[in-house]
This record gives sequence, structure tokens and C-alpha cells, in this order.
Amino acid sequence: MVQIEALTFQYASAAPVFRDFHWTIGRGEAWAILGPSGCGKTTLLYLLAGLRAPTAGRLVIDGDEIRRPRPRTGLILQDYGLLPWATVRENAALGLRLRDFYGPDGRHAPAGRANTESQRAVQAAVDEWLRRLGLAEVAARYPGQISGGQRQRTAIARTLVLGPDLLLMDEPFASLDAPTREALQTLLLDLWTEQHLTLVTVTHAIEEAALLGRQILVLGRPPITAPVVVPNPGAGQPDYRSTAEYRQVCADLHAQLRAA
Amino acid sequence: MNFRARDLALAVLMLLAAWAALALAVQRPILPPPWTVAVALWQGLGQDLPGHFLASLWRVVLSTLLAVALAAPAGLALGQSQRLGRLFGPLLYLLYPIPKVVLVPVVFLFFGLGDLARVVLIFLILSFQIIVLVRDQAAALRPELIQSVRSLGAGRRALFWFVYLPASLPAILTALRQSVGTAVAVLYVTELFATRQGLGYYIFINGSTLFNYPAMYAGVVAMAVLGLGLYFAVDQLERRLCPWLHAG
Repeated sequence: MVQIEALTFQYASAAPVFRDFHWTIGRGEAWAILGPSGCGKTTLLYLLAGLRAPTAGRLVIDGDEIRRPRPRTGLILQDYGLLPWATVRENAALGLRLRDFYGPDGRHAPAGRANTESQRAVQAAVDEWLRRLGLAEVAARYPGQISGGQRQRTAIARTLVLGPDLLLMDEPFASLDAPTREALQTLLLDLWTEQHLTLVTVTHAIEEAALLGRQILVLGRPPITAPVVVPNPGAGQPDYRSTAEYRQVCADLHAQLRAA
Repeated sequence: MNFRARDLALAVLMLLAAWAALALAVQRPILPPPWTVAVALWQGLGQDLPGHFLASLWRVVLSTLLAVALAAPAGLALGQSQRLGRLFGPLLYLLYPIPKVVLVPVVFLFFGLGDLARVVLIFLILSFQIIVLVRDQAAALRPELIQSVRSLGAGRRALFWFVYLPASLPAILTALRQSVGTAVAVLYVTELFATRQGLGYYIFINGSTLFNYPAMYAGVVAMAVLGLGLYFAVDQLERRLCPWLHAG
């Protein structure tokens, strides 16, 4: 689904973060990108999201070279990115409103798809996701009035309402307490299988990488030239946290990070 | 602001009581007691006071509308574009603290003695405040917010309508609230010359030419009502337009 070919990226007048980097993501896979801060993992995610342009090389998703945000790619960030002046329901509907704003132009919104769905159908889709994610009671509140976990679920609802096939997440649960984080990790794995998503999670936490990544890309110090991948086929099965396999993968990742 | 009408009425009563006590203690025509002024106010309302009030109100409202229409987009542009911000930031930094009232003679020389000069002056006062606050607000928007809205498909136009515009509303209203007092003060100064319309003229002519002190105080009360009314109007607008700021 995603092909990265000979990617080189550098911020203006700085040393390259990626140099001649190749990487492939298959449809329906769940990847975690693990590395210390400053290693370029967020940069890689922003490149996938079309929010940064490669200095050299190509980044192809579904056959199209990525030059701007792709309508079917969803992005979820650590700080939620919600509009403080919009209610939970309005935030969840933001993507649909934006598509309505541009029409099906193929750049900002998927081409050819009926964007003329009635306002009622849009509201029904939004309400359905709010209900699914347990946000129905807080739908009329503002982001400042709800908990961090509810905010992140609002951001997830806003993305899933658009029916993405690729979901990119940058430290999505890093500012949440442990029980909330675990609940959302489980929810995410459920949605991954149910919605046939391709999942890419950026994290600095070994445990999170081992829980959410069937394959884990470990990034060391820049410049990054070749992918280091740790396979983790057990991720996503129930109670994976308490298995020996999980602990072994965590230990391997620890060793990899130290080596890198 | 969040207090009840009863507390507000109490404050007004306290103010009137202090005024009355002072007037009784001083016992001079230059400080008539509230009831004398109330009579003068009542008489003025039946004559030319409403006309003066409306003339002043019109000048402030017109300047405010112009300032919002021109300064808010300018502030947004400065806050959004680092290049523009770098170019004009130092200029704003230099000009912002200068009291615009010192420009009264200059503005009258350039724009003539008509209402245009008065409107330009108040416009200048409000504009600087709006530009600075809106710029800071737009610059303070978290890049993560912008990126995630972009990832939902927003281009420049949508970012303006869905992010920058609503984000700058509270800044515009805060700027208006902060500068409404100065605006009315400068309005008074500009109405001292070359006009026979407006509360500034009314206060000045009654105080220093006709020596009709109760009428002068009636003008002062009207000017206070004008300032307070604008202040309350901004408050109400904020409640209406920015409900998320007041959601508990």
C-alpha cells in the first residue's frame, strides 16, 4: 500500500534525517515506529501524511505519489488537534464539513464520491461514531470541558467518520493515564481489524510499540538509511500483554534501541 | 464579567450616594448634587442631548467597524506569515506604545476638520490593539492543530474559515474591550474642536462657555453611559459569539 523509494529528507540547511531510505507497508498491516526523541519518527509520519515533502525520492500510496494530505489518510496526534471553539460533535464533523466546503475535487476530498449526502446522513454518521466511542453524553461539550481520553476519542471519531484506509498516529496516547491508555489501545486494535485499516503508530514507548505493531520499525540516530524491523506477529491477540512472547519482544526492542 | 443586576444596582447607588455627600459637603455650583443633574439630564433629553449622543455613538461605531474590518485581517496575516511578522513586527513594536492622542493635530491637518479625522483617530487606537492581539492569537495557534486540520483536507481557504477566523474572534473582542475607554476619551478630545455635534462639544460648551454646570454634568453622565454601553455590548457579543469561553 505504501512504498517509500530512495527517500531523502532534510530540514533547511540541517543534516539529512533520512538518506536513500526504502520502506514498504502492506495493506492492512499494523506498524509501530519506535525510537528516541529527535530520531525523525514524527518526520517520517508527517511525510506519510503529506504534510512534508521529501527532499529527494518518492513516497507512493495506493499508486499515487504523495505531495499533499491524501483524503483517505487519517492523522491522530498526541495533543488531539481539536478546535477549542467547537463542541465534540462539531469537531467530529469537521472533516465532513471540510469535504462539503471543497466538494469532491480529488485534492481536498475524495473525487467522484457523493459529497451531496444530506445533512441528516452526515449527522447520523457522526452520531453513530460518537455513540461507538462513548462520546454521546459529551457531544455538546467543548474540548476544554472533557477528559484527555475523551478528547483523543473525539479525534479518533473525527478521523474514522471519513472512512480512512490508512491511519497514522503520533504518540496518540502519551499524555493519558495508564488505564485510559490501555482501553484506547484495545479499542484501536478492534477498529484496526473491523475497519480494515492500515495502521502506523509512532511511539517512544517500547510497550506501546509491542502492543500496536505487528512489525516494528526501530529508528536510531539520523541519518537513517536502512529500516531495522522487529517482527511481532502476536500483537493484536487478546491478553497479549501477559504473554511470554510479548515480554521477549519488549526485551528485543530494548536491545535494538540500545544498539541503535 | 459575571455579576447580578442587583449588585450592579447597588454599585450605582453607592456611586450616587458618594456624589451626593461630596456635593453637599462642597456646596458650590461646580459640583451640583445628582438630583439637580438628573433634572438637567431630563431637560437635555427633551432637547438636543440625544442628537449629540447619537453623533458621538455614530463616530465610535463607524471607527470600530472599520478597525475590525481592516485590522483583524492584517493581524491574521502577520500572525500566520513568519515573513510578514518579521518585517512588520519591529514597526508595530515601535508604534504600539505611542499614545495616539498626540496625533490629534496631525490627523486634523491631514484629514480636515470634519468627522473623517475623528473617525481616523479612533480607528488608529482600536486598530493597533486589534492587530497586536489578533497577531499574537494567530501566532499562538499550535502547529499540531493546523497540521491535523490540514490532514483532514483543509487548504488555505478552509484554514482561514475554520481555524484562523474563529481563533481571532476572542482577540478582537478583547482588543475592543481594552480600548473602548481610550477610544471614548479620545473621542471627547476630538469633539472639542471644529464641531457643533457630539457629547464632547456638549460638555465643553456647557462647562466653559455657558457655565451651565448641571447641563455639563448631564453630558458627562451621557458620555459615561456611552462608554459603559459599548463595554457591555462587547461583553454581550463575546457571550453570543464565543460560548466556549464561558462554558464551565
